[in-house]
Amino acid sequence: MCAASSPVAGRDGLAVLDAEEIRRALTRIAHEILERTRGGDGVILLGIPTRGVPLARRLAARIGEFEGLDVPCGSLDVTMHRDDLRLHPARALGRTELPGGGIDGKTVVLVDDVLYSGRTVRAALDALNDLGRPRSVQLAVLVDRGHRELPIRADYVGKNLPTSQREVVHVLLAEVDGQDGVTISDDGRQP
Amino acid sequence: MKRHLISAGDLSRADALLILDTAEELAGLADRPIKKLPTLRGRTVVNLFYEDSTRTRISFEAAAKRLSADVINFSAKGSSVAKGESLKDTALTLEAMGADAVVIRHGASGAAHRLAHWVRGSVLNAGDGTHEHPTQALLDAFTIRRRLRGDNPRGAGLDGLRVTIVGDVLHSRVARSNVLLLSTLGAEVTLAAPPTLLPLAVGSWPCAVSYDLDSELAKSDVVMMLRVQQERMTAAYFPSVREYSRRYGLDAERMARLPGHAIVMHPGPMNRGVEIAAEVADSVRSTIVEQVANGVTTRMAVLYLLLGGTEFPATGEA
Amino acid sequence: MTDHESWLIRGVTIAGSDARTSILLDGGAVTGIGPDLDHPGARILDADGLIALPGLVDLHTHLREPGREDAETVQTGTAAAALGGFTAVHAMANTDPVADTAGVVEQVWRLGRAAGHCDVQPVGAVTVGLNGTRLAELGTMADSAARVRVFSDDGRCVADPLLMRRALEYVKAFDGVIAQHAQDPRLTEGAQLNEGEMSARLGLAGWPAVAEEGIIARDCLLAAHVGSALHICHVSTAGSAEIIRWAKSKGWPVTAEVTPHHLLLTDELADGYDPVFKVNPPLRTADDVAELRRALADGTIDCVATDHAPHPVEAKETEWSEAAFGMTGLETALRVVQRAMVDTGLLDWAGVADRMSVRPARIGRLTGHGVPLGPGAPGHLTLYDPAAPATVVTPDGASKSRNTPFAGLELPGRVVATFLRGVPTVLDGKLT
Repeated sequence: MCAASSPVAGRDGLAVLDAEEIRRALTRIAHEILERTRGGDGVILLGIPTRGVPLARRLAARIGEFEGLDVPCGSLDVTMHRDDLRLHPARALGRTELPGGGIDGKTVVLVDDVLYSGRTVRAALDALNDLGRPRSVQLAVLVDRGHRELPIRADYVGKNLPTSQREVVHVLLAEVDGQDGVTISDDGRQP
Repeated sequence: MKRHLISAGDLSRADALLILDTAEELAGLADRPIKKLPTLRGRTVVNLFYEDSTRTRISFEAAAKRLSADVINFSAKGSSVAKGESLKDTALTLEAMGADAVVIRHGASGAAHRLAHWVRGSVLNAGDGTHEHPTQALLDAFTIRRRLRGDNPRGAGLDGLRVTIVGDVLHSRVARSNVLLLSTLGAEVTLAAPPTLLPLAVGSWPCAVSYDLDSELAKSDVVMMLRVQQERMTAAYFPSVREYSRRYGLDAERMARLPGHAIVMHPGPMNRGVEIAAEVADSVRSTIVEQVANGVTTRMAVLYLLLGGTEFPATGEA
Repeated sequence: MTDHESWLIRGVTIAGSDARTSILLDGGAVTGIGPDLDHPGARILDADGLIALPGLVDLHTHLREPGREDAETVQTGTAAAALGGFTAVHAMANTDPVADTAGVVEQVWRLGRAAGHCDVQPVGAVTVGLNGTRLAELGTMADSAARVRVFSDDGRCVADPLLMRRALEYVKAFDGVIAQHAQDPRLTEGAQLNEGEMSARLGLAGWPAVAEEGIIARDCLLAAHVGSALHICHVSTAGSAEIIRWAKSKGWPVTAEVTPHHLLLTDELADGYDPVFKVNPPLRTADDVAELRRALADGTIDCVATDHAPHPVEAKETEWSEAAFGMTGLETALRVVQRAMVDTGLLDWAGVADRMSVRPARIGRLTGHGVPLGPGAPGHLTLYDPAAPATVVTPDGASKSRNTPFAGLELPGRVVATFLRGVPTVLDGKLT
């Protein structure tokens, strides 16, 4: 997962998605979820902190608008299952909050802001494994920036964004950052 | 870089909140079908217990195992230590075994400090003599926060809460750690004890002192009872158990004078009928049982933060 | 070494004077002092920039032999003493067996003569086995070849007031002096560190100042009552100094010593629980250090005595409460005194000569030592360079033990040479 979810100070990156485009993308994804899960039957949305969580809530809200359906929504922190823990100081944990009915037999749709190496999603699958046995697991992301290091793919994508590994993708969401937008900047780091 | 947890005084407010908030996230683990996280897989945690303490040792063991660490228990009885092996030689043996962390409970103040000189891994002080017991203070703070700071206490300190600690402060490592940690988290701490059981220099500690328990009850949000050892009587710290109990014991009558929301705590093991009456220990105000569960959770948080990454995260405060 | 070896020490400054001069040592004595001395056949020592002190006398050393030769022997301890500028040391009696008979004190005395690094004056125990219940044969020890005059149960306190009174009275017969280790045993059971903020924070049992002061007050009154000489070992608190000042103001026959470490170090060093800082009496506060310095400067405290207490590594490399009490100090004493007293302007070099040679010899009734340098004086002298570049103290030295609290500390000065009866035991900072 791209590490830079906070804006690089003083650098205006190239805007890739504006608030309106984000709104449309989420609307589309909501419809796609309903199509592919037979009207949202048995679906649970689990956002991966930090920004996957407000995205999951927005999707749940939209599904509620379209279908009048109350899709259970929660969060799944994957920190304890990451494969790169030993490379950095210990990270603070995000919240894991599963909706009341649990995940057994459900269709879990993981929601995250950016899909990159795929390691975050692998960690999420491991975390889910210890929590129960879903009927199936799907993945919705706002941005797919390529460069997968594991055989993982998203079921629902807001925007496909080819990037170089030198670049950093910044996702801003009103709930966290006060505004909506996706930008790319070149921070010059070697991958 | 924080490699060890030896004194509660080493924790800044930000450090302490990080540990408590991490523990909040880990608390849910106890309700899951699989009570395990893979985070410390491959790490070795050694429990080096020179004093008999099944409760604390099991708590650390459970915490380490739930994080998938390997646990080695080394108790003093019947080991090379009983045959006179020095702490240093024991430490070197543990080094050779590749311990990533050593949890040490020892009868001598400063044992954890000394051990930290001889091992490369992390040292967690599980109680050294009459000096400190930092994870006890952390689980106590966690318990207080959960009971008195609402359903979602993440990020909250203990600001403005009034905690009265009662008993043999002079010989209590739990008291020392709690005074430090609770005041770091913003609580107002008062020590209630006979003058003989308070250190002479207690005036320099970040707390108030009272010789009269009764005058503190109505203003206490938390009353923490310390165990009083019978042996203190022969050393003339107080004239009799009966008089101690009469003046400083928490019985049902005193409990009734506490504010409605107030809680009663005890680090265990209790002397029922001496410092705490049976009905108080078993009352709904008592947190004694949940302190045990919270102990595992808090210790998981400490082990994760010390061993889960390359180091304890910097929290930006000195 | 021949009896006729003579030494001409040139360009030296005698402590207390400003002028450069020369000292001629011949036949074991100082035979001349003057600016243009010459003596054919004398070996020359260029002492430009050095200070000459009468050979230092330590009233309080633990040589550990017999019984604890793993920590120190008379040989190694006196070697350390010579390197520290000492020409005489008083060897405390808490050996194994205890020095409570003529046999043991004579053994220690002979070992000192055989080693030859400095004179060893054995101290006799006050009570048999140091157990504080029965007087040892003080008279026999006084009459022995060791000619014991100082008696001490050091390590333990003579706590029974009646026994202390008897001891004080008894030694009047042979001009002896009782040196008390002031520590009320009941107030210090299990005590580990000065009772104060540090002990409270570290969870170490406190050692209250009153445990020392109470005994000192009692013994000063006893000494006055029976008219006998009392010496107080290792004074460590401001209160003790005040009591001694009061006793002296009454004209009572009380003398006192202070260790170098109590002139420099405080209990804050215990933070981290390194037992190298564990000592009896314990390190105290900065206020105590300041008052002890003042008291040494104004003579209330008569002398510096090292209380050199060597211990093997395993006795110090352990938990604080398990560790032995004690610090080494012979080799660093003069440098610490320079740092604490001279460089702070509290004492001049004449004062150092008085506190580290003249008075200790007088209190110990040690004839031939502590004589100010002048024609006819015995040839015991110490040459010291106060301007030597400050160096960091290491635990290595002549002592068998390494438990110095000054390790890692920078101290000024350097003992350059020590002469015992006109013959060097140390030259250029090394044993001869």
